[in-house]
Amino acid sequence: MSELRGNPWPRRVGGLVLVLVALALPLALSDFWLQTGLFVMAAAIGAVGLTLLVGVAGQLSLGHAAFAAIGAYVYAWSTGEATSTVGGAGLPPLAGLVLAAVVSALVGAAFSPVAGRLRGIYLGLATLGLVFVVRHLLVNLDQWTGGFTGRSVESFALGGFSFSNSDPDYLAVAGVEFEGLHRLWYLFLVLALAACWLAGNLRSGRTGRAWANVRDSETAAAAMGIGVARAKASVFVVSSAYAGVAGAMLALAYGRVAPDVFSLTASVDFLVMIVLGGLGSVGGAVVGALFVTALPLVLAEYSGSLPFLAAPGSGGLDPSTASRIVYGLAIIAVLLFLRGGLAGAARRLRHGSAPGAPPSAPGPTPHDPLSTHDVGRPAGGPARSKETTP
Amino acid sequence: MTYFLAQVLNGLSYGLVLSLIAAGFAIVFTSTGVLNFAHGSVVLLGAYLVAVLHPTLGFWPSLLVGMAGSALVGVAINALLVRHLADQNAGTAAILMLGVDIVLLTELTRRIGNQVLTLGAPWGASVVRFGDVSLPTGRVVAAGVTVVAFAGLWYLFARTDLGVGMRAAAADGPTASLMGIRLTRTAATGWALAGVLAAVAGVFLTSFPAPGVAPTVALSAFAAIPAWVLGGFDSVPGAVVGGLVIGLTSALVTGYEGDLERFVGTGFGEVAPYVVMIVVLLVRPSGLLGSKEAVRV
Repeated sequence: MSELRGNPWPRRVGGLVLVLVALALPLALSDFWLQTGLFVMAAAIGAVGLTLLVGVAGQLSLGHAAFAAIGAYVYAWSTGEATSTVGGAGLPPLAGLVLAAVVSALVGAAFSPVAGRLRGIYLGLATLGLVFVVRHLLVNLDQWTGGFTGRSVESFALGGFSFSNSDPDYLAVAGVEFEGLHRLWYLFLVLALAACWLAGNLRSGRTGRAWANVRDSETAAAAMGIGVARAKASVFVVSSAYAGVAGAMLALAYGRVAPDVFSLTASVDFLVMIVLGGLGSVGGAVVGALFVTALPLVLAEYSGSLPFLAAPGSGGLDPSTASRIVYGLAIIAVLLFLRGGLAGAARRLRHGSAPGAPPSAPGPTPHDPLSTHDVGRPAGGPARSKETTP
Repeated sequence: MTYFLAQVLNGLSYGLVLSLIAAGFAIVFTSTGVLNFAHGSVVLLGAYLVAVLHPTLGFWPSLLVGMAGSALVGVAINALLVRHLADQNAGTAAILMLGVDIVLLTELTRRIGNQVLTLGAPWGASVVRFGDVSLPTGRVVAAGVTVVAFAGLWYLFARTDLGVGMRAAAADGPTASLMGIRLTRTAATGWALAGVLAAVAGVFLTSFPAPGVAPTVALSAFAAIPAWVLGGFDSVPGAVVGGLVIGLTSALVTGYEGDLERFVGTGFGEVAPYVVMIVVLLVRPSGLLGSKEAVRV
């Protein structure tokens, strides 16, 4: 691939610098920013999984939060100790994390017959049903899940080293005390890097090409010898496993799981992350996760120093309202002005070409995965000619 | 038996209101190919306008303003946003509508705040009795209005040039355009119609037995999505069938919750529509009355 991508070194050096910065950040950041970072990394893994499903393989899913919920609760249940109100298996945390991914993947596999039968928006709306069904189960199976109020989550530990404030009680690096948030930061960073690396390889390898082929034309893919049902099932399994890990990480970052964390809004947020970032782009998904997750937290934290925001409850523009509106406007602006999302814009910048004519991207191109319909006018309208199929 | 009959009537009348919303989804989808996630907010907008204006204008004029306002917002969303999408496909359009929904819903929620606005509807909280079974008058009016609305829609699509043009545009845009049908006009009509239906549905969803206009109305409009999908994406009669099925399902499941609780747990009434939707989609992937998607090789 490298000869197709041009010189890989600027990208590699840039990536290395970013990783080094991420490694050094806990030395400087306050607890608020560390917490925000944890949420961002957890969301990024979920978004990367979803971008494989929606962007690369073209299977629209509004049910990503359901798989994340399964991961979170499987982790909480399998590592938790049984109490009088909720059950628990008391397994080691690493086993819990693996189990979270495996169970989510299995549920994804169980859902794939539905996915094999439905297409495009129909599939998206069927997965929408999944969110409500899972939420219903979470509320009702309270001997496992703790019902409405949820249950607390055991902190992660690896071979006697706990990723919490104790055990070892005092750990310092370069004069900065490393507490639970600092330790989790590195755990999450390792997981996020592994997830991105794996997703990038999957996307540009044989599997990803098969997925992209299924997205572009199922008939053509079948004629090329790709098992369409198998490809769809495999992408659902992979993306659900990603969602499961993301869910378990969210549970760790919150220290608690509750059904409301994994509502329809969470599914929508995942979808917004990958669309803002650019469908099918792993880096775009990460940037999208950063934006979507950090914006409300940051606006709420710094609302006191922003002059146009009123205090909550005073009837003016309070921070959560403002962040929702900025969030909505940002979605609209990106979709109206940035072809292919942030990743598409970055690609055009790199290639220095006019905004109207993006060069064909390396690997499977993130484009029009969801439907044969054009939008804004009836199907098959003149807008079709604007497409840039490579 | 009386209880059962009451639940059925309740379900059917609620289902008719849902079908108004579902028809809005279907019309927007056939005329522009957009999955209109902002429809719930438009429903809320219509009800909000009526609630705010009725003390000064009176109920009926403010209902007209509400209908016009919702229609106008729909047309504006299509003309200003949807037609200027950078990537013209159904997926990005759906996300765009999510963005619009977030902005609209947040602003309406902020304006409404914690108050529950009343509509000042002339039927108030009165009840109509059919033998042993009683039904809120608002629901009876809703059923009547819905039947009239669907008769009107049928007339529009079957007998008028505009409606036939809309059907032609939905069936084959470029050809319809070559035959002299202005696609921008059919698209705008579709969005306007959906807005009008949404405002009417909003008024019925927020009058008795509902307490009044509150932001949660936008969420209950979400329950119309299973109704729409179940009937078929591009079918207005499908929306009626879907609405009735979903209305009946949720009324019966909620009404008999005590008996069902051991099997399905509490609060299944909210989930049942989606379960029905998934099951129907598995058997008929294009919904009950939707046209099958043609696959071009």
